[in-house]
Amino acid sequence: MKYHNSRQAYWRANKALIRNLLLVWALVSIFMSILLVEPLNSFQLGGVPFGFWMAQQGSIYVFVILIFTYAIQMDRLDRKYAKGNQIKQAKTYQTTVEDETATRLLP
Amino acid sequence: MSIEVWTIFLAVLSFAAYTYIGWRSRVRDTKGFFIADQGVPSIANGAATAADWMSAASFISMAGLISFLGYDGSIYLMGWTGGYVLLALLLAPYLRKFGKYTVPDFVGDRYYSNVARGVAVVAAIFVSMTYVAGQMRGVGIVFSRFLQVPVETGVVIGMVIVAFFAIIGGMKGITWTQVTQYCVLIVAYLIPAFAISLLLTNNFIPQLGFTFGDIVERLNGLQTDLGFAAYTEPFANKPMLDVLFITIALMVGTAGLPHVIVRFYTVPNVRAARYSAGWALLFIAILYTTAPAIAGFARYNLVESLHDKTPAEVQQLDWATKWGNTGLLSFEDKSGDGRLQFTPDEATNEITLDRDIIVLSTPEVASLSPFVVALVAVGGLAAALSTASGLLLVVSSAIAHDLYYRIINPAASEAKRLMVGRVMVGFAIVVAGYFGINPPGFVAEVVAFAFGLAAASFFPVLVLGIFDQRTNKEGAIAGMISGLVFTLFYIIGVKFYGMNTWFFGISAEGIGTLGMLINFIVTLGVSRLTPPPPAEIQLMVAEIRNPIEEQISSGLSEGV
Repeated sequence: MKYHNSRQAYWRANKALIRNLLLVWALVSIFMSILLVEPLNSFQLGGVPFGFWMAQQGSIYVFVILIFTYAIQMDRLDRKYAKGNQIKQAKTYQTTVEDETATRLLP
Repeated sequence: MSIEVWTIFLAVLSFAAYTYIGWRSRVRDTKGFFIADQGVPSIANGAATAADWMSAASFISMAGLISFLGYDGSIYLMGWTGGYVLLALLLAPYLRKFGKYTVPDFVGDRYYSNVARGVAVVAAIFVSMTYVAGQMRGVGIVFSRFLQVPVETGVVIGMVIVAFFAIIGGMKGITWTQVTQYCVLIVAYLIPAFAISLLLTNNFIPQLGFTFGDIVERLNGLQTDLGFAAYTEPFANKPMLDVLFITIALMVGTAGLPHVIVRFYTVPNVRAARYSAGWALLFIAILYTTAPAIAGFARYNLVESLHDKTPAEVQQLDWATKWGNTGLLSFEDKSGDGRLQFTPDEATNEITLDRDIIVLSTPEVASLSPFVVALVAVGGLAAALSTASGLLLVVSSAIAHDLYYRIINPAASEAKRLMVGRVMVGFAIVVAGYFGINPPGFVAEVVAFAFGLAAASFFPVLVLGIFDQRTNKEGAIAGMISGLVFTLFYIIGVKFYGMNTWFFGISAEGIGTLGMLINFIVTLGVSRLTPPPPAEIQLMVAEIRNPIEEQISSGLSEGV
């Protein structure tokens, strides 16, 4: 039961991280670069209007950062949940499934 | 040495390198042939994905397209990069954990149905063939631009090169040639970009020169003086809603394209798949953030050096004469005032530019040596060949693995499957070459077809297959078919039968977004109304979500 909970907790934490990163993804691309580009263009970054810069430069930099953030955060999550009994339990789990497969394959 | 000699020299050198690498990576089993033995390091896979992704169109045409569209060109910049975030967060790690050979493999196993597998096979082949025909055409065009050979001969040379390393090396050969091709294409893209940036902004980093220099401001001034919309003015060519729909369709389509997804099957583990997506987008971003800078610089430079000049003055510009001869640049003094003018109205405009000239003429405008001009040609070839080879492997694996082995003859021996794989690559090359020489009408609409259909067919069933255990085969099949049929109907209607863009004026390129939503709604709805998937499938989904390395799904799904 404990194993079951830790696995669910891992998946919940993963989904929460994905949701947060996708919110940033939508914010920089859909909102700042398209829907709000006109108001944001009244600000300047260097020699270019800010909304335009987000659409042609800024959003792409943020995309790269988002993917590496996900990979690094997931490393931490993997370590956190790999402690405790997850790996051992996963092996037990594997045997059960294989047994099941074997049974199913019988005529 | 002249440009032609340099081009031939560099092209032959690069082809020799690709074939040598293909020979070194030759494979003897299906695991090597379809997924490169799952031994590709994450950075190498990132570079291979970037080369796989960036086609002749990204390399040659994209900056030109942006320079004509201004802000509205952002649809391509964001659309073709933002999808990697979806891919990295929602698909790549789980599909790698699943650990099979192809995208239809996942669809067929997860939805325990050969009908679902069959629908996925048809979609994968159609999307990839449309895409690859355009790439073969691109190879031919690059040859004809730089070596003055006919387009047809260029296509055939390209076919022979790709055939060699793809048939011998399969995915493994393709991967390592793509890594090399990425290096060639990015160097070829950046050298002229640095030079022109230094020339116009005194800063050799194009991204910085573009942002902090005054070129954009001056370009906006020039454009408005000539009666055009300002370069940075949003929605000058397309309304906001259409920009939104196209951007989303391109992003989601990117994440659903089989030749991109399958690259993440080739890395050693789940963790490598996550990082690999980051490397891929970083390598892509190097070109994709340079392109808008070149677009702005080149637009400014062309208007500045051609507008309101006399034909005699223009004749003195070497590059203008050269590209005038190729037909990519043409002048006609319609008003008869002895000067050439850019105007927004086609009836009075006197200077006509092909969009490809933006990238192609950059090295000459910046007065770089013939060596660099030749390097750009070889970079364009690398971009076209790398994308074509990745696509051809998807077509081959869809037929040889999914159709032949998984549906028609599951008892086929390893040797026979490998043989069928090699034959199918050869077959796909011949078909793609034929379409490259005789492009059918739909190839010109590759963006609408490939991205729209990938978005409307694959993306929803892949995401739900991982994140929603309740999604069953009835839902997935109904969803894929309704998404595909609706999107195909709208694209074909609008592009070929003059149908109105009746859905709020959304163009054919953007309708994939609606097709995707329809697919999501139908899949979720039908799944809830029909029985849940069998227990072993739910276990398989639980296992895909767990990043630990044992590949439990393989034993499981063989029996399904």
